[in-house]
Amino acid sequence: MKGFSARLLIPVISLAILLCAVFYLQPRTMSYLGLNLLFNLAVPIALATIAQMIIMSVNDLDLSIGTFVSFAACVTAAFMPETPLLAIAILLAAIAAYAVLGFVITLQSLPSIVVTLGMSFVWGGLAVLILPSPGGQAPDWLRSIMTVKPPLMPMAIVASIIIALVSHFIIMRTTFGVAIRGAGGNGRSLVRAGWSLLKIKAAAYALAAFFAILSGMALVGLTTAADANIALRYTLLSIAGVILGGGEFVGGRVSPIGAVVGALTLTLAASFLSFLHISPDWQIGAQGAILIVVLGLRLIFNFGKRKGSAS
Amino acid sequence: MTQLSFLTSKPWIWSFAAAMATWVITMLFTGGSSFVGLSQATLTFASFSIIVGLGQMLVITLGPGNIDLSVPSTITLAGTVALKLMDGQSSWLLLGFFAALAIGLAVGLSNYALIKLLRIPPIIATLSMSFIVQSSAIWYNRGLRVKPPKVLADFTTEATFGIPNLALVALALSIFVWWLLEKSVFGRWISAIGQSPFAARMAGIPVDGARLMTYVCCACFASVCGFLLASFSGGAALNMGTEYLLMSIAVVIIGGTAVTGGNSNVPGIWGASLFMFLVVSMLNTYGFGAGVRLILTGLIIITVILAASRPSARAR
Amino acid sequence: MSDHDTVVSVKDVRVQFGAVKALDGVDLEIFAGETIGLVGHNGAGKSTIVNVINGALPPHEGAVSYGAQDSTTKVAKDNGVRCVFQELSLFPNLTIVENARLMHSDLGGWNWRKTAARLMREMLDEIFPNNSIQTQSAVGELSIAERQMVEIAIKFLNVTQAPKLVILDEPTSSLDATLAEQLLAHVRRYVSEGGSVLFISHILGEILSTSSRIVVMKDGKIVSSKPASEFSVQSLVETMGSVVKKSERKSARSAVQGSEQTVLHIPSGKAGGLDFNATRGEIVGLAGLGGHGQTEMLLDLFNKHCSNWVPEKQQNVAFVAGDRSLNGTFPLWSILRNLTVSNVRALARFATIDAAREDIQADEWKKRIEIRTPDIDNPILSLSGGNQQKVLFARALSGEAEIVLMDDPMRGVDIGTKQEVYNILQSEAVSGRTFIWYSTEMDEVCLCNRVYVFRDGAIVAELSGDDVTEDNILAASFSGVAA
Repeated sequence: MKGFSARLLIPVISLAILLCAVFYLQPRTMSYLGLNLLFNLAVPIALATIAQMIIMSVNDLDLSIGTFVSFAACVTAAFMPETPLLAIAILLAAIAAYAVLGFVITLQSLPSIVVTLGMSFVWGGLAVLILPSPGGQAPDWLRSIMTVKPPLMPMAIVASIIIALVSHFIIMRTTFGVAIRGAGGNGRSLVRAGWSLLKIKAAAYALAAFFAILSGMALVGLTTAADANIALRYTLLSIAGVILGGGEFVGGRVSPIGAVVGALTLTLAASFLSFLHISPDWQIGAQGAILIVVLGLRLIFNFGKRKGSAS
Repeated sequence: MTQLSFLTSKPWIWSFAAAMATWVITMLFTGGSSFVGLSQATLTFASFSIIVGLGQMLVITLGPGNIDLSVPSTITLAGTVALKLMDGQSSWLLLGFFAALAIGLAVGLSNYALIKLLRIPPIIATLSMSFIVQSSAIWYNRGLRVKPPKVLADFTTEATFGIPNLALVALALSIFVWWLLEKSVFGRWISAIGQSPFAARMAGIPVDGARLMTYVCCACFASVCGFLLASFSGGAALNMGTEYLLMSIAVVIIGGTAVTGGNSNVPGIWGASLFMFLVVSMLNTYGFGAGVRLILTGLIIITVILAASRPSARAR
Repeated sequence: MSDHDTVVSVKDVRVQFGAVKALDGVDLEIFAGETIGLVGHNGAGKSTIVNVINGALPPHEGAVSYGAQDSTTKVAKDNGVRCVFQELSLFPNLTIVENARLMHSDLGGWNWRKTAARLMREMLDEIFPNNSIQTQSAVGELSIAERQMVEIAIKFLNVTQAPKLVILDEPTSSLDATLAEQLLAHVRRYVSEGGSVLFISHILGEILSTSSRIVVMKDGKIVSSKPASEFSVQSLVETMGSVVKKSERKSARSAVQGSEQTVLHIPSGKAGGLDFNATRGEIVGLAGLGGHGQTEMLLDLFNKHCSNWVPEKQQNVAFVAGDRSLNGTFPLWSILRNLTVSNVRALARFATIDAAREDIQADEWKKRIEIRTPDIDNPILSLSGGNQQKVLFARALSGEAEIVLMDDPMRGVDIGTKQEVYNILQSEAVSGRTFIWYSTEMDEVCLCNRVYVFRDGAIVAELSGDDVTEDNILAASFSGVAA
């Protein structure tokens, strides 16, 4: 429990501080409608971040998340309203493709960065083939899910909480999740204890694909249309979100709740900068700076902790 | 058997063969009418990916996990700053060039400082850095499109003895990198680091120093590319670097450089860059769209990695 | 009677790694209800026999059987063979409960967390009363001792099947005296209830007080297997020792004596112990059981004398690696490049390597150290292990380094090669080089002018001249021996 809360502490505090600052700068955001606007786009980002987090928990990195989410969005927008069965078949095939990727990467011990880089071309190409120009439409049910107005809290926040809880359950509570994190923590030991690393990593990749597809669908539900470049920046955002949320690059140390918090923080940071009247020129630069500052803070924090435990 | 080992020991042959094949197929379709035009265009556009690819190749030589994602933003910033400083005046040409180089130097140093100080993987360090560099470019550019000095614009678009000047620049840089990798002490060092950083350290190689130099080199190649690209296309644009992120990595891998590090390949970069451009023109002449082109590119990359991984997996 | 049920039976097992016979015809039978103490010096075959018994390493010859069945990893596990590894097998990012889950496939069910927490709590409290370990904490946040305790408790856990044989490989190395005593008490209790334990330790007192039978290994063979009561500390050390005659070793020892000029000095570290000193022209040996701080000291020395940022004007130290594949050879390169890599700066003009001079130097060393290859441009991996090691020696010696650090470089090298290298070392020492030589092989250590013996990360003894004997080194390597 100790590790659980310490890992979450920094992300939650950063989000709280940022939220207070936004409320202070722009008190009108402190309302149902305001919050909904602030966090509207957080849902697909949070889902993509969870997908990236699953890949990172087995010590890999997925550079194709952005194009894959775009691909899923294109499939959803192009086929889901008229021919839902076809859309579902394509998306299931995509999940299978991810499982195969995980399998091959583990079997041949390939660098995941390069393989997913290659895949990003493939997903991008497929997305262009499906939707050569921006268009398509969101199926009505998807649209209504994404725009539903639950009592008390706006949809974006309710959805984020649900995503956090569900992914926390899968990754942190089930045996399957434990095995995935075990593969990242000590793969050799896992094999020695009689588990199949190949199966576990293939399953982890498939699970990541599932979350990435949900991200693409959520995005279509919000924007009502799609194009092949709709989510390209998600690759970078998702990595940053996992890191902000207390996840680490290697060693299977991840936190699904933290990852969702990280995604919310990134979404909020954009609004915060615009409220500060910082020119939008610096928006992405600020994202980079935030990433660097958080990594620096964590280094200091870890260093202090190690020193404390040593003495 | 010997022929086979010759082919596997010279992996760049494949990329050249592929480039030749696509060239011939394109020629067949157009009936040879575009011989000069296609060849010149190919050489010109391939030059840019060759130049960034050379830098990226040095970084990838350092071994698994080493990659520079700040290449596109460095291209953009260097192009933007250089053109604005020169302000169309040919007399300021050197200033612009050195400004571009200085940007490369600064980005490279910052990249490695982040890797080392924050103890983070290069991919994240260069990624965060690219955000900041890209923002600086956006802020500095202010939507202005400054024309390059006439001398520079002419130089980058003209040809000498029928060979585009840009291709000659790329050739000169390639020879330099070839010397660096094959003949110099530094090349020996980075190849050793790529094979085993720990063994390199124990052999007395200044590992951190060499890695720092490599990241600086890569950023400088990107900034030179940005300088030339902006001059060639009549001004800097904020998205001018975007396509070179994936392209720089793709040409390195297709060119036969080992993704596991330690083994790099200068001729392969040429073969791969020519091939990448020719695939585009071939698919265009046959009427295929960008989608097919992207899918093909991705499949080629994955096939190359899979093919390269087989022997080592069997050896183990 | 349960007293004489065989748990594991090893029959005439042979295992060979390259030129080294790790196990050379071993017979061992472990019965229910006994604690076997296993002792032996480095390379005696302790870890190999452990790996054979736990099923990780199929023997090249001979047979292992559990009860009545044949062996594979699965079968070893199904027969209740558990192993507490020296380099722990835990998942640092997971909680104790989750670790237990992954280690025990039978720990399933909807409420496995609760079951696992209860079982682990009970087991930890049973073995280590009054511990303060929380079963919900992540293993990475525990101290080394606590991790060791958790690993032991997980291996003793009885979910649906009780462990029949628990192998403990140096289990007390990171436990303090109280915890170690608690563990030993648990071992006695567990054995009295019909379990059996294979116990490896460098603390002979523990072995003598806990084991019912002691097996002494040497050079891949079991040299003695008697009830513990028939051994004393003194007789154990003697049994581990070799039968090589003292006079032979003496004559082989270096005639060179170091000069008075000190080239290296390290004050004793945190772990206490003696200072380290080395003088010019001396061959200093580092001895003791593997993993007791020798390699760390060599790495520290190297890092202190070789910058990681700026190329050195003159290389002061060179390093000869023992684990060739990990930190020695560059597998993509030719023999030539592997040989000259440390020295390319000296061979270069205007940053360009002079290929002709490189060839000359490589050829010279190829002849001098007799690297057996038709062509020095062949890949390094075409060489045998011994010849690869010679290339690493040539790499270190071809430069100008005054101090050469050697990290157990002769591991798995045939005797002929060893002899050739010894001669070169002697002549290089005469010409003024200092060698600091960590070796796990007794006959090599006995070649040194002076030997430091390491135990638990510190230097516990300094032997020089005629005091460099196997008996003295063994006595210092194992604690519990009266000085």
